[in-house]
Amino acid sequence: MRPDLDVIASLVPPGARVLDLGCGDGALLEELMRRGNDVLGVEISDDGVLACMARGVPVLQDDIDEGLGDLADDAFDIVIMSLTLQAVRNPALILREMHRVAGRGIVSFPNFGHWRLRAQLAAKGRMPVSPLLPYAWHETPNIRLCSITDFEALAGAEGFRVEQRILLDDGGRPVGGLSERAPNLLAAGVVYLLNR
Amino acid sequence: MGATDDTRRSLGLVETQRVVLYTEDDPLVLDSGETLAPVEVAYETYGERAPGDGNVVVVCHALTGDANAAGHHGDPTRPGWWDTLIGPGKPVDTDRLFVLSSNLLGGCQGTTGPSSTDPATGEPYGLRFPLFTVSDLVRVQRRLLAHLGVERVLAAIGGSLGGMQVLQWALDHPDELNNGIVVCATARLSAQNIAFSAVARAAIMNDPDFQDGDYYGTGRGPDHGLSVARMMAHITYLSEESMRQKFGRRIQDRDEPRFDLGVDFQVESYLQHQGKAFLDRFDANSYLYLTRVMDYFDPFADPTRVRERLARCRTRFLVLSFDTDWRFDTSHSKQVVRTLTAHRVPVTFREIASPHGHDSFLLEVPEYHRTVAAYLDRALAEAR
Repeated sequence: MRPDLDVIASLVPPGARVLDLGCGDGALLEELMRRGNDVLGVEISDDGVLACMARGVPVLQDDIDEGLGDLADDAFDIVIMSLTLQAVRNPALILREMHRVAGRGIVSFPNFGHWRLRAQLAAKGRMPVSPLLPYAWHETPNIRLCSITDFEALAGAEGFRVEQRILLDDGGRPVGGLSERAPNLLAAGVVYLLNR
Repeated sequence: MGATDDTRRSLGLVETQRVVLYTEDDPLVLDSGETLAPVEVAYETYGERAPGDGNVVVVCHALTGDANAAGHHGDPTRPGWWDTLIGPGKPVDTDRLFVLSSNLLGGCQGTTGPSSTDPATGEPYGLRFPLFTVSDLVRVQRRLLAHLGVERVLAAIGGSLGGMQVLQWALDHPDELNNGIVVCATARLSAQNIAFSAVARAAIMNDPDFQDGDYYGTGRGPDHGLSVARMMAHITYLSEESMRQKFGRRIQDRDEPRFDLGVDFQVESYLQHQGKAFLDRFDANSYLYLTRVMDYFDPFADPTRVRERLARCRTRFLVLSFDTDWRFDTSHSKQVVRTLTAHRVPVTFREIASPHGHDSFLLEVPEYHRTVAAYLDRALAEAR
């Protein structure tokens, strides 16, 4: 499993009913099922959905940019969006929907405020490419890039408060120490635990 | 994974069996309280039962299906109605699964229905056959399993009315099905759906040869009405796009229109053929009863009852719809998904792209077949 998914799994309370938006191949949900969580994924890609089915992970094939109309208010204890926020058309709508269907949320994304990305743009004048953002500008699915500061402003505006923030390095592993002094400059990625 | 083209084979020759499941001493008690006996059921089985019954798949047919879901009865060019899906190496893989398919109650292809003899009169029931519900259809399916000594069901699978039976089964008996596969079905017919049924029934019942349903043995029957009902229903099974591709505005057997009121366009000829061919295999009274069963189906009507039942539901679901199906469009399937997930029942849902409308569930749509194969692969692995 991706290292950032280990971080996310560690934030999910035992027994919680979990929704994963953009669950990909279902690796995280399979792990959470193994831990006894009740899970549901939402995934848009055919390959992802079939991979979930092969793992026995229940999954709805749907476009989260259309909202979560099939899911009732408070149907889940916690809703996860891992490295997906930056690839949706309407992040504000999705945060609002997360707020509606669950009391808590976990969101991870690549931090566009990271110094190395800033440096690439400043020094070379080219759109940055990094391990967490590996695509060239013209073919990237990541169309809503934001920094840690940007995200915290939007999450606050949508009624979430930050319960916990875990900074990640380029490999998606947690980092502490110095990064905490200037997270928006020093963290390549971030995981948030949000609460209403 | 299941099926590649190289490994797909036909079941070949298969046979329908019949069994009397209810007798005068032990009649079928319907939801309405009315009783029915005898009740005979026609069924077929494919594949080998595994010890402990971990591989039993029950196939529920739609409005006009029969027990012959796969394989053939002597003519390989006329295979069963779900032969695309069921067989060795196919998504419902009879090399690994034991498949049971029966003609449903009220039908006319071996199972007791309105054309069967009423023991009280010695005459066919006609409209004296009691009305029944989808729960009653499930009741008979379960009695057949009990007769065969089947104790566990790995999966029940059905399209349209078949899917409605799967859903009802999981609600009525929450710990019986490990998996339910519900394809292009609904939990509640729309006004438009019921309207189509109403016109179909009007065509039959207003046919001068209908004779209040007592047309058996009179040498005439509501053939006209039944074929019109079938023609209209058939339109709802196809998508507008598939009709455009298949027929367009082409003229039958010539280049120029005749410019008359007869059958001129290819689509007219096709529908007329569908209507006529239907007369050979279907009974008008069965059509009335089975469309009515669908109209009244509303298993999620009572929220309290649904909550109680789904809280105990042990069935995992695969719900599928087709993007060009307008008979039971994706919103019908999504309503099922919405209710099941709201009650924490595990559901996997896909809307499959297919040009063929409602009929897609009977056809070889690769992504659909891949999905059913993947789901059953996993179900079988978990059952072991």
